[in-house]
Amino acid sequence: MYFLRRLAFMAPLLLFISFLAFCLVHLAPGGPFDKERKPASPEIERALQAKYHLDEPLLRQYLRFLGGLAHGDFGASLKYRNHSVTDIIAQGLPVSLTLGLLAFAFAIGIGIPAGIYTAVRRGHWQDFGGSLLALLAICVPGFVIGPILIVVLAIHWRWFPVALWGGPLNVILPTLSLGIYFAGKIERLMHEGMTQTLQLEFINAARAKGLSESAILWKHAFRLAILPVVSYLGPLLADLLTGSFVVENIFQIPGIGVFMVNSSLSRDYPMVVGLVLLYAILLVVLNLAVDVSYAWLDPRVRHE
Amino acid sequence: MNAAPGARGILRRAPVCQPKSGPLSPPSPPSPTRRAPRWPSLATALAAAALLFTGCLRSQPAADLTIVNGPEPESLDPHILTGQADGRVAEALFEGLTRYNPETGRAMPGLAERWDISPDGRTYLFHLRTNAVWSTGGPITAEDFVYSWRRALDPATACEYAGNLFYVKNARAFNAGKLPATDTLGVHAEDSHTLRVDLEGPTAFFLDLCAFWTLAAVPRELVQRYGDRWMTARPFAASGAYVLESWRLNDRIRLRKNPRYWDAANTHSEIVDLLPCISPTTALNLYITGAADVVWDKELVPVDLLDVLLKRPDFHSYDYLGNYFFRFNVTRKPFDDPRVRRALALVIDKDRLVRKITKAGERVATCLSPPGIANGETVYHPPAGLPYDPPAGRRLLAEAGFPDGKGFPSFVYLMDTQKTHEKIAIELQEMWQRELGIHVELRQLEWKAYLRAQYMLEYDACRSSWIGDYDDPNTFLDLFMSDNPNNRTGWRNAHYDQLITEANQQTSSTAREKILQTAEGMLLREEVPIVPLFFYAGIEYFSPDRISGVHANLLAEHPIRAIEKHPVQAKPRPAPAAATHDRKPAGVIPAG
Repeated sequence: MYFLRRLAFMAPLLLFISFLAFCLVHLAPGGPFDKERKPASPEIERALQAKYHLDEPLLRQYLRFLGGLAHGDFGASLKYRNHSVTDIIAQGLPVSLTLGLLAFAFAIGIGIPAGIYTAVRRGHWQDFGGSLLALLAICVPGFVIGPILIVVLAIHWRWFPVALWGGPLNVILPTLSLGIYFAGKIERLMHEGMTQTLQLEFINAARAKGLSESAILWKHAFRLAILPVVSYLGPLLADLLTGSFVVENIFQIPGIGVFMVNSSLSRDYPMVVGLVLLYAILLVVLNLAVDVSYAWLDPRVRHE
Repeated sequence: MNAAPGARGILRRAPVCQPKSGPLSPPSPPSPTRRAPRWPSLATALAAAALLFTGCLRSQPAADLTIVNGPEPESLDPHILTGQADGRVAEALFEGLTRYNPETGRAMPGLAERWDISPDGRTYLFHLRTNAVWSTGGPITAEDFVYSWRRALDPATACEYAGNLFYVKNARAFNAGKLPATDTLGVHAEDSHTLRVDLEGPTAFFLDLCAFWTLAAVPRELVQRYGDRWMTARPFAASGAYVLESWRLNDRIRLRKNPRYWDAANTHSEIVDLLPCISPTTALNLYITGAADVVWDKELVPVDLLDVLLKRPDFHSYDYLGNYFFRFNVTRKPFDDPRVRRALALVIDKDRLVRKITKAGERVATCLSPPGIANGETVYHPPAGLPYDPPAGRRLLAEAGFPDGKGFPSFVYLMDTQKTHEKIAIELQEMWQRELGIHVELRQLEWKAYLRAQYMLEYDACRSSWIGDYDDPNTFLDLFMSDNPNNRTGWRNAHYDQLITEANQQTSSTAREKILQTAEGMLLREEVPIVPLFFYAGIEYFSPDRISGVHANLLAEHPIRAIEKHPVQAKPRPAPAAATHDRKPAGVIPAG
């Protein structure tokens, strides 16, 4: 019921978001066809504006956009005039998703076991060492890690290609650059969650009953300790998709992160609104999934 | 992990009493069904899926030549694109009546093998090659050119470079939608291989314009059938040396040699990849690891590394058809007084700017037209502008009513967000303060907001630049005519307008040069609505041992068809060239 209610709420929410994005991007000074070199006559400019209906009132332009949306067509990009926004998204989204998923897998594959290990070894050198590494991972930004990895692994030792996308080797360095930060965050959250959980009373009770440490850890404590990580997963996936801009820039990867930023800088109105809608849908769906999994993981929530 | 009690794992046992098994102890709990923790399998599954996905990408054959082109082209349609990076690709796909000479950047016969020019310079008769065909078969005819030029001028196409065709008779009216019958447009197909062009006036640079991408031939059937999406149609119909094989945004553009091109025998590379790149360090990395053979965008040079790069033999810099200047808003006080403008120009040590900040071998500019620019068949000799003369500047400022800068209002120097502009602006600020006692504030605006401020004349002084379209001073000088939308200074001068119009009516190069010199002198010595700082330098990286066909010319035009990549050590070493940052005289044309 709750689930269905949330889904029903999605449509008006997305409509509102698209309208807001539309208005905001039109409010910014400058237009998509403002260039250093103005066309030789005002007539050319007028023809250009008319061709893309930019001379119409804002509301009519928005309704025109909605009409196109009903056919699944966001319109032609105003910057890449031979491509439609749907084309561009269709080309770039799989790449960004691949990169994002790999970084996500890397982050949870490293972050969760590291967090558990340092929590169990609390107070010992493994804890301090692991926490220090996690802090470094969080504090050193991707645009520092990326070039360092490139210089060491791609230029000095020619293990990996320096940039571009296309083969299995191309994905390693970008994944690391993007994923290290999130691995650090997940390690911290897992550590925190596990430490708190291991101090709860029911763990003591389990121990008193004679369960082994590993049974306590995996069968009982893990489900509860992972909750902070699970609730972070929604913002994490969103961050991954948006944080890819820096990595895509450094490694010249044909994803949509670059378009997300550059489309607002170049006032490419259909692209901006299209991408904002895309991200909004992703975020809403992901947050819903996180909420559902939260209920599944924590029985206390389910019984509410 | 063995969960049986008493087993040792990586976990230490908690310090509580472990009941030993005895007859009265409760039955040992069944081994808890070890649900393998979800996360490793989830992570592995995701990773495997993603890796499989990337592995599924078709591996393409390697290209013969890989060029880092610059920013991603916005369009490859010759009637829509405006950027030079876009134009370089379009020029490989579509050819015009003339094409660029790789060595000089001047026009030489393209799809037209010869032409006749009337004595008054107003009528051109182009004779097209009979062996010129589209890559899909079918001859390229004069009607194709008539169609293409009409499409460029059609208001429905909204071609931003239609202005380059305004030299054709009635083109401006046609573009404004004021021409009822298209027959009066000054381009006609006399027969299938003869094209007659009537111009508004004798245009010394018309042949150079014909090599410009806007005037290239586009395939009529494809455009009529597919509209704006005609470039995605396959088979691709090209009139130039290459065919567009694939175009992935932000990934690469792949070109394949067009075997039907009339000069296909001289097209050297079979497959050419053009990579988009906006980060200078990534471009450099791609080049030094061998992933790219040529990098040819002057924006793709990491400025901090210029000192090191300049010394390398594969770093080439030369004079370029571009000028870096700043504008005054002459509608605002005190910039309405030419003496103030001249004073501010006289105290700028431009030499220091190019030595300390830009460092790529740029030349100081006191005039707008770069050295070596052509005037018809001859070379144009621009007049000298204002020199570096601080005492004269101070005198002028005192004359204008601000001795030692007293009473001079503080003003704002506007620029966009690039680092180099900021550094130059700081130098200017310091020079004005030190020499004239004037206080200047610096303001950076995001690109579109900066352009808007310029268009609306909402600035005091602002940084600018201009890259020429064709090899003639007119490409720079007509900017400052009163009604030119690119004027953006508020400066209007009927005498200047008259001089430029008169210059473009001349058939004699000598007479034309004199008039242009007068106009340019007036613009830059007396009126000074703009202050030129330096001429841009074109910059490329390529190894001279392995790449041939890339020549230094003023337009930085390097037709892809002429570029050849040699296998290592197959090419004889060229005679030792002068140091790389020496410029070869660009565009030298024998006086005619």
